[in-house]
Amino acid sequence: MTNNEEKKIILSAKKISKRFPGVTALEDVDLDIKSGQVHAIVGENGAGKSTLMKILSGVYQHYDGQIFLDGQKIAFKNPAEARQAGIAIIHQELNLLPHMSVAENIFLGREPINRFGFIDYNKMHTKTRTVLGYLKLDIPATTLVSSLRVGQQQIVEIAKALSLDARIIIMDEPTSAISEQEVAILFALIKDLVSKGVAIIYITHKLDELYKVGEHLTVLRDGKRVDSCLLAGLSRDDIVKKMVGRDIGNYFVKNHQTSQDVVLHVVEMSLPQSGQSTRFFLRDINLHVNKGEVLGIFGLMGAGRTELLETIFGLHPEATGHIKIAGHQVSITSPEHAIAAGIGYVPEDRKREGLILSMSIAHCVSLACIAQILQYGFLSTARENRLAAKYIDKLNIKTSGIAQNVETLSGGNQQKVVLAKWLATHPKVLLLDEPTRGIDINAKNEVYQIINQLAQSGLGIILVSSELPEILAIADRILVLSRGRITAEYAQQEASEEKILKAAIP
Amino acid sequence: MTKITANLAKYQSLLALATMILVLSLLSDKFLTVNNGWNVMRQISVNVIISAGMTLVILTGGIDLSVGSILALAGAVAAGLLKNGVALESVDLFIGFTVLGAVLAAALVGAALGFFNGIVITRFKVPPFVATLAMLTMARGLTMLWSGGFPITGLGKTFAFWGTGWLFGIPMPVWISVSVVSILTILSRKTKIGRYIYAIGGNERASQLSGLNVQKIKIFVYTCAGLLAAIGGILVTARLDSAQPNAGMGYELDSIAAVVIGGTSLAGGRGSIPGTVLGALIIGVLNNGLVLLNVSPFWQQVIKGLVILLAVIIDRASAKNKR
Repeated sequence: MTNNEEKKIILSAKKISKRFPGVTALEDVDLDIKSGQVHAIVGENGAGKSTLMKILSGVYQHYDGQIFLDGQKIAFKNPAEARQAGIAIIHQELNLLPHMSVAENIFLGREPINRFGFIDYNKMHTKTRTVLGYLKLDIPATTLVSSLRVGQQQIVEIAKALSLDARIIIMDEPTSAISEQEVAILFALIKDLVSKGVAIIYITHKLDELYKVGEHLTVLRDGKRVDSCLLAGLSRDDIVKKMVGRDIGNYFVKNHQTSQDVVLHVVEMSLPQSGQSTRFFLRDINLHVNKGEVLGIFGLMGAGRTELLETIFGLHPEATGHIKIAGHQVSITSPEHAIAAGIGYVPEDRKREGLILSMSIAHCVSLACIAQILQYGFLSTARENRLAAKYIDKLNIKTSGIAQNVETLSGGNQQKVVLAKWLATHPKVLLLDEPTRGIDINAKNEVYQIINQLAQSGLGIILVSSELPEILAIADRILVLSRGRITAEYAQQEASEEKILKAAIP
Repeated sequence: MTKITANLAKYQSLLALATMILVLSLLSDKFLTVNNGWNVMRQISVNVIISAGMTLVILTGGIDLSVGSILALAGAVAAGLLKNGVALESVDLFIGFTVLGAVLAAALVGAALGFFNGIVITRFKVPPFVATLAMLTMARGLTMLWSGGFPITGLGKTFAFWGTGWLFGIPMPVWISVSVVSILTILSRKTKIGRYIYAIGGNERASQLSGLNVQKIKIFVYTCAGLLAAIGGILVTARLDSAQPNAGMGYELDSIAAVVIGGTSLAGGRGSIPGTVLGALIIGVLNNGLVLLNVSPFWQQVIKGLVILLAVIIDRASAKNKR
């Protein structure tokens, strides 16, 4: 195919909807992909981009709506079928096997076989060299993937897609982990692929990139398609305006008072990336939280949100800078120290990091404050049960009893158990990482109320959230994090979705 | 509701044990006698002691393959010290050991090797399987070095009492195993460290984020396992009045079997010490019954293997039903 040939629609998705228990991830989304074009898809976290891509690439098989490839209705049973049909996806987390060679990775699952039934390495290496040559990646086909830089690994992923004769390549945030130089190489490559008629679906948070590679733009918000148009003529502000304006439908009333006493003070905190002195997860962070204040921190994927909370909580002892609690400098190099200093941390992934699923509610609640339930040096079941009962009542945890296994609770109630675990330690500061992720709307509102009550009782709270409406509704003050730095600070009254998003986009 | 199912799961192995006892007493008139009862109890006591320590290790999600070798080393150390003492030729000093001194020294050696296991696993991040596999070889080698590869025999009546004596109508090894089980049951259910052991096995990351000192607790359980293996070694040596350099071979597998049959998950976080005692009882009764029935030792191994498989399969099925 050449440049001059008319670009035609090769992939067309009609009225795609996808529901998960309690959440509608996509609703009646249409998408037309033309050959030889870069089609960018933007949207906030949770707008439905990844879900849509998972449907197109055969990861999800159950959805409403129809997909047409070259006018033929298709329904992939698995990702392999989608690849066969010419749709390849390059995930944000690369899917390469680190201990295998580049060639073995590219031909994984479809190794060429010689007449004795063994793998034909000669053929495999020759083909690999051809495709690597085209991509201008000058490495031997036998190189182990683990010895490549992330940018090079990404090109290997592209090589894999090309060797499959993919006509549509989906790239999910491809530049999130690679250097400027590698970005330039990638963009040159994308232009070249497009000129050969390949269609690229490009998902990104970075608006600057759109103008460099994108041609067509689709904006998703709350699982719905807001707009789909040519990129030419749109300003950054236009795009941001289309992205914001989500409705979380909460009827939450904030009524806590912020005091003037600083409870947590973070001074000049930096966190270098391991083994590198020039790249940082966090750079020169200064922040403070007052008693009774909810400090919201917004950032896009990879901005360093979780790293910030983890560092305050002592999980990165290699970080520099210092922390003061209620005016006193404290040394925090482990969670033990952090808890002793009065900090609690509700992590993003409650099942992997917050709870011990094999335990009962009572055991989970007392885990971080076990000294409180000791009597003559032994665990007192009576004290433990009283403690659990108190928080079940206080946080309105819906359960059949204190002995119920936390594994069998709903997401919202599990999250409340994690909150209970920390409240039982009587913290001064509570760090919340995406506290409402994956819980239904009613439970969300309950969590908002709990946060409000806790602030009212004098706790300092840091709320990290990637949901703008949530942060705008609950936080008294909002910091924006971008590439590990604080790029803006707004009082609640002066903050808006547009302002925050602009400061967050690198 | 959950309580009923949990209790049912507990009774499952109890039911299996009762069935076995019933069937065996019908098949052999020698089985259900007081004498044979004590016999079985005495035979399993060493396995019970080792398995109790193994349970703690497995509850944290680990494994300890070195207990058999540590048992042999501790036995040899106790016997050697008791019989020959320590002679430091360079300073012309001879230290003789009483029974108590020799026993304490042997226990200390076991605990030290267990502690070493714990350090290797936590500080150097060596997987428990590999770290304790290395210790299995090392401790066996140390046993050979210490004993020159020969049994150490003739250890005197006071020492032999620990393995063969009776107190208030109950054999000494049974007293000791019952004490060990009682202490560890209380430790696992009623103390902070016991709770932490379950937490770490259930979810190590969440435990760390809840402020638990994961490394310290892991070192503790491996030290416990080493200490208990040493106690087992002292009992075996006392019973035979002889420290055999190849004592305890394969004991790690018997104790893992008892733990698994007793319903403790190899993934950690779920299980109990009483369950393990039940597991050891099931294995012990089975061994004893098969011997009484004159089943060939080769078949005995096959049957034991099948019982382990059956126990785990039933356990999996009931765990699935619960969810």
